[in-house]
Amino acid sequence: MKRARVAYGGAIHDATEHPAGLRLADGRVLAEDAVVWLPPLELGTVIALGLNYADHVKELSKELTVTSKDEPLAFLKSPGALIGHRGQTRRPADVTFMHYECELAVVIGRSAKNVRREEAMACVAGYCVANDYAIRDYLENYYRPNLRVKNRDTCTVLGPWLVDAADVPDPHHLALRTLVNGELAQQGNTSDMIADIPALIEYLSSFMTLAAGDVILTGTPDGVVNVNVGDEVITEIDGIGRLLNTIVGDATFGR
Amino acid sequence: MLYMLEQSLARPQGEAMATEAPVAHWQALASSVGRRQAFLPPTRGTVYGTLLNHRDALAALGDQVNAAPYKAPPKAPILYIKPRNTVVGHRVPVVVPADAPELEMGATLGVVIGWTASHVSQAQALDFVAGYTVVNDISVPHASVYRPSMRFKCRDGFCPIGPAIVARALVPEPDALDISVGIDNETVQRSSTAGLVRPIAQLIADVTEFMTLFPGDVLTVGVAANGPRARAGQTVTITIHGVGQLENTLVSGDST
Repeated sequence: MKRARVAYGGAIHDATEHPAGLRLADGRVLAEDAVVWLPPLELGTVIALGLNYADHVKELSKELTVTSKDEPLAFLKSPGALIGHRGQTRRPADVTFMHYECELAVVIGRSAKNVRREEAMACVAGYCVANDYAIRDYLENYYRPNLRVKNRDTCTVLGPWLVDAADVPDPHHLALRTLVNGELAQQGNTSDMIADIPALIEYLSSFMTLAAGDVILTGTPDGVVNVNVGDEVITEIDGIGRLLNTIVGDATFGR
Repeated sequence: MLYMLEQSLARPQGEAMATEAPVAHWQALASSVGRRQAFLPPTRGTVYGTLLNHRDALAALGDQVNAAPYKAPPKAPILYIKPRNTVVGHRVPVVVPADAPELEMGATLGVVIGWTASHVSQAQALDFVAGYTVVNDISVPHASVYRPSMRFKCRDGFCPIGPAIVARALVPEPDALDISVGIDNETVQRSSTAGLVRPIAQLIADVTEFMTLFPGDVLTVGVAANGPRARAGQTVTITIHGVGQLENTLVSGDST
């Protein structure tokens, strides 16, 4: 099952995939572009991984001052920073390097504390596509990656669907790619994650209790390039979804 | 009475949370429910910590700010998130992890947002504040603030908040509040919100330039240098004059 949350006709609805687009819980069938897409679940804690694909580590190696990794590099986002499918992301006029990151998002389905690797996948409710933008101009070396880089309004896109874990037999063998204005800009495979999903759940739950609705963004492969106002960015993961986002400028936000 | 207290302290996000009752009212309520009775946290919004916003905390880094790995003094507010598993209320015991016998207490003022604040000016910033509360931003002690592990700040129970939210109107000078930390009734640290690099209105303006704050969110103003350390068995009391007194006892992991 693929589930979504959308706004339509004056209310927020749960919806499921339908050959014509999507079907609201009340029976209305609508085209994909007829609704406003929200992140597909009520978000709890949002955890993101940095440098979790070996090729991306190599890509960024010039700016890394820490190279040895003895634990996953995890950081947090606030739910308010997230937007849904077909949304608009603001690119401030003063920046020179703002890039997308296509990521597999893992949604936790039940409370998890001190979960061992062997039991970890049973805690997963499902998966989404994420596009986790970064603006490198704002990078500072305190509590990296600082929130001004990684927790900006509109800069984390999640959706379109929450795909049930039962429908994704092998989440560690999914091709993922990013297209900018239809051109292939980034590609990789979830099989190249350094810390895989059970490792991440085991690690995180070793010091904090994960709860239903928590989300883990599992990192991105190499191939990140700058995007500009007007660009249409699609992050796509086979079997999970195709997430569309448009870059807009300051004027859209009255800045 | 306890039921009423829980109802009034734990309001859902989106509702006005400040009470017009004076601090003495909350203290009377708190004492009336028994010494060991734990409270719910007074808000369920997102909790943001601010780093190096006390002048002495920044000064403690000294010339290190110009050396690797920092390479330059901080420019924008340096923030982090205390996730929901960390947030507990007044008098809730905090479990000390087996691998970190001594924890650092981060006494700070929590600014509770009352109305959605996006790109607000410094002049208007305080209009978006519902009230103030006391926060203990607990950490596993760690020297580097370059890329600290989540293990240091995100353990369950590492962010006691409360006892209550005191309405903004009852705290006329939030940038001049004395903060003291007591461990087992001995005062071990004194600081003040008068020592902030970014006073509250400027902090809200600079943060909401890139990130919306929502009703119920808590923005802490930052901790002073040299946070006192505490161990299992000790009781930590943070007092902010006019805002409240937050008390939590540390317990060993074995007792849960």
